[in-house]
Amino acid sequence: MYDVLIVGAGVIGGMLARQLSKYDLKICLLEKENDVAMGASKANSGIVHGGYDPEPGTLKAKLNAEGVEKLYKVADEIHAPYRKNGSFVCAFGTPEEEATVRELYERGLENGIPGLEILTGDEARALEPALSPAASLVLNVTNAGIVCPYEMTVAAIGNAMDNGADLKVNFAVESIKKDGELFTVTAKSGESVTGKYVVNCAGGYADRVAAMVGDDFFKIIPRAGEYMLLDKNEGSRVSHTIFQVPSKDGKGILVSPTVDGNLLTGPTAVMVEGPSSTETTPAGLDAVARLAAKSVPSVNFRQVITSFSGVRASEKSGDFIICPANGVKNMVHVAAIDSPGLTCCVSIADYTIELLREAGLALAPRADWCATRENPHAFREMSDEEKDAFIKENPAYGKIVCRCETVSEGEIRQAIRQNPPARDIDGVKRRTRSGMGRCQGGFCMPYVMRLIAEERGVAMETVTKNGGASTPIIGKL
Amino acid sequence: MKRELVCIICPRGCRLSVEGEGENLIVTGNACPKGKQYAIDECTHPVRTVTSIVRVANRVDTMVSVKTAAPIPKEKIFEVMEKIRAAKVDAPVASGTVILSDIYGTEVVATKNID
Amino acid sequence: MEKHDIVVVGGGPAGLAAAIAAYDKGVTDVVVLDREPAVGGILRQCIHNGFGLHKLGRELTGPEYADAYRLEVEKRGIKVYCETTVTGVNADRVVTAQNKEGILKIEAGAVVLAMGCRERSRGALNISGTRPAGVYSAGTAQKLINCEGYMVGKKVVILGSGDIGLIMARRMTFEGAKVEAVCELMPYSGGLTRNIVQCLEDFGIPLYLSTTVAEIHGKERLEGVTIAQVDANRRVIEETKRYIPCDTLLLSCGLIPENELTRGAGIPIDPITSGAVVDENRETATPGIFACGNVLQVHDLVDYVSDEAEIAGIGAANFVKNGATTGKTVETKPGNGVRYVLPQRVHTESGKDVSLFLRVTEPFGRVRFTVKSGDVVLATAQRLKAAPGEMEKITVKSEKLAAAMEPITVSLEVL
Repeated sequence: MYDVLIVGAGVIGGMLARQLSKYDLKICLLEKENDVAMGASKANSGIVHGGYDPEPGTLKAKLNAEGVEKLYKVADEIHAPYRKNGSFVCAFGTPEEEATVRELYERGLENGIPGLEILTGDEARALEPALSPAASLVLNVTNAGIVCPYEMTVAAIGNAMDNGADLKVNFAVESIKKDGELFTVTAKSGESVTGKYVVNCAGGYADRVAAMVGDDFFKIIPRAGEYMLLDKNEGSRVSHTIFQVPSKDGKGILVSPTVDGNLLTGPTAVMVEGPSSTETTPAGLDAVARLAAKSVPSVNFRQVITSFSGVRASEKSGDFIICPANGVKNMVHVAAIDSPGLTCCVSIADYTIELLREAGLALAPRADWCATRENPHAFREMSDEEKDAFIKENPAYGKIVCRCETVSEGEIRQAIRQNPPARDIDGVKRRTRSGMGRCQGGFCMPYVMRLIAEERGVAMETVTKNGGASTPIIGKL
Repeated sequence: MKRELVCIICPRGCRLSVEGEGENLIVTGNACPKGKQYAIDECTHPVRTVTSIVRVANRVDTMVSVKTAAPIPKEKIFEVMEKIRAAKVDAPVASGTVILSDIYGTEVVATKNID
Repeated sequence: MEKHDIVVVGGGPAGLAAAIAAYDKGVTDVVVLDREPAVGGILRQCIHNGFGLHKLGRELTGPEYADAYRLEVEKRGIKVYCETTVTGVNADRVVTAQNKEGILKIEAGAVVLAMGCRERSRGALNISGTRPAGVYSAGTAQKLINCEGYMVGKKVVILGSGDIGLIMARRMTFEGAKVEAVCELMPYSGGLTRNIVQCLEDFGIPLYLSTTVAEIHGKERLEGVTIAQVDANRRVIEETKRYIPCDTLLLSCGLIPENELTRGAGIPIDPITSGAVVDENRETATPGIFACGNVLQVHDLVDYVSDEAEIAGIGAANFVKNGATTGKTVETKPGNGVRYVLPQRVHTESGKDVSLFLRVTEPFGRVRFTVKSGDVVLATAQRLKAAPGEMEKITVKSEKLAAAMEPITVSLEVL
């Protein structure tokens, strides 16, 4: 029996687990996929938004303003890579767009955002030479940054697990029943767990989970965003995250470096059938290339190494929905977490914990809680001399498996062992970057499969790309 | 009867025409005598070298590559493949080792060393 | 720090041939670094035959061709470090590598870059749709099947009619899979004719030209692809879209030289070949660093890789013995109908004949190539046909070369 059951192991559920793990509680994360961060948490812009955008007075405005520094602090503790690179929001010569830049500046001041300034096009280009000559007025958001959203999730959940939280993957919640004070949450597989409190962090599926306790007061509107990721050769094209002034469809197409040194372009904003509609489309990818060129004309789209699509869990109110359930006591919905959800993951977790406290959850701090997680990237951050010494003790770190990203066998084995353990090829990729580079796993995939099979003690034929029936191999010859 | 072929003896890929019946075949389009022979062979008794793999029984997930030492009749490719698929060897295997003998007048030999 | 006269980065066909050639030129302190457990490079998984006719005078399979060179390397006692990945080369010719013993730094008299190439991935092709298992670059499937004995699928569509795609069509058929189609974006195949005949026609596998894979379907494992014809601008023609159920999509859509180390050393890259800019000795713009094989330009036959590697190996040996080649140089440039010319820079007073290697822009019938410097014709050559998939070689005599004062242009006229 658990104290808190969290439905959904995305960045929101994961960070909630991590923040809750400070207290003397038995926590379990329930995830329908084979790994964590499998929904919007693995396919978004990876931006720490400054907080100028949300309407003053909204939950988004409050949690964004609080969230930025909280996020950086936690990222440091759990070794989730981030960079405070700042962002630009650009108008391109029209009076309407320039008015929007000024409006965002004012709004940012009202939201209490530090470090905002307005730059002329030339001032902005002095800082960012690749910026389009058409950019005429620019909001410089100096507190903004970039993070790796799936590494943030993995790190948060890893830290929570190191502190005793449980994670159940392939646990697709099908029903939530309450008997007296106790919830029984049952998965499609038939497995069930019991707990005193339930938090719905189911992302695109949050409305379906709410319906399991009779709540239908919100409805998730799935909106897909397509992206193209470019080779590291393009990674220094810009140093800031370059936005265009937002429209009703969202924050528009951005051009941004990533923490790993690639260049990211996107997203589009298109309503789709459901949260699993993550296919890319020719029209979407064309739009990304066209619109990105408006901000940074010199982006070389021949250097694209992959494209992907993520589905935002939006809602018609436009604000986050973080509130107790109507249908049942001791359950909290954390829903409609679209942008700036990633930025707010820590502030959302803390806000949710307050709601749980109000509902009666006893929060006794643990003396043995450890805020930090073993740095999974310690090896790649070493100097040559340090690496040499380390390899002599741990020879597996000397064997390079992924040549494009220089990932060693030791780092891959570590990712399969460290919490939350990588169970499939994509899981290894997200944790180590093996297969994330320019050849996209062409060379390293067979090797990675072998390491997964070996470490997990399973046959090669059962190793999957991302769970379920996604086996690359159909049998032995 | 006229047949059009593309010569595969070298990368040049001459377009060959073959006319006539039985022994009396006239080849045109060839840039060298090898092309003429290829066209005649291809029309009378086409042959292919089969290359594949054989499992090395005493090594984990290891295959040794093999080939027919000489070309075999084209229509026998799948029969030969059946035999190759059924075969197994034990390491060490040296390149050139006979894996299967009596395969349409030739043998299947290893093309790789497995230590 | 370890020191060697010549360090060869990569033990594939290029690296081995370069090492042998350098040794035979009298520089015996040569070391070859290779990331795999055994040398031979990609040839070890190319189990089909057709290698060596030009270079060795006999028809071999890939592993046999590689082995022929390995034996020569062993015979000479050339040092080979396997499972050793080079992570950096700098302009001072210090090579940094990594293996299970630690980090290795080697000071080299000369460096030969022979890292080979990689396949263009799905992402680089920008095929839209879902991201299921069962989408492979052809070489990855080839490795799993030929080296490790794992089958990757039963119903197969192949995009790209390059040689690896064609070879894999036959390979999958041999192992019991049904190859539904080979699609080629261009109006012509990039593969060798013998492969079209022996890998597709022999088995009745259809080749659709001017056709691409427009969409990928399936959530976990691939369920099918939408193929479609493309117009002259390579855009999908909507009304020709057609769904083919399949569990495997193999991509054979071109090879990209792996020049990360080259870039890291600050060596200029030719945007057309995606390889280093080199002179006739295959020396890059950085003195003492040479490049050869598929890392320099993607070849169609391994035999020509070996030829080129010998040039680089000899160049490296001469550099170690005599220092840099001096004297006047002129640039080479592609003219009408020619996509690129390699080497991009030629010493005109070396007293040696120089072969220019080039590819044409599209398939042609009978053509005449003309090599000119200003108005001076240096060489001409006629061909019965020319295709982008087949590299051309034109040799310029040393006495003609000596007269070249202006950049050398190679152009073609259709006869």
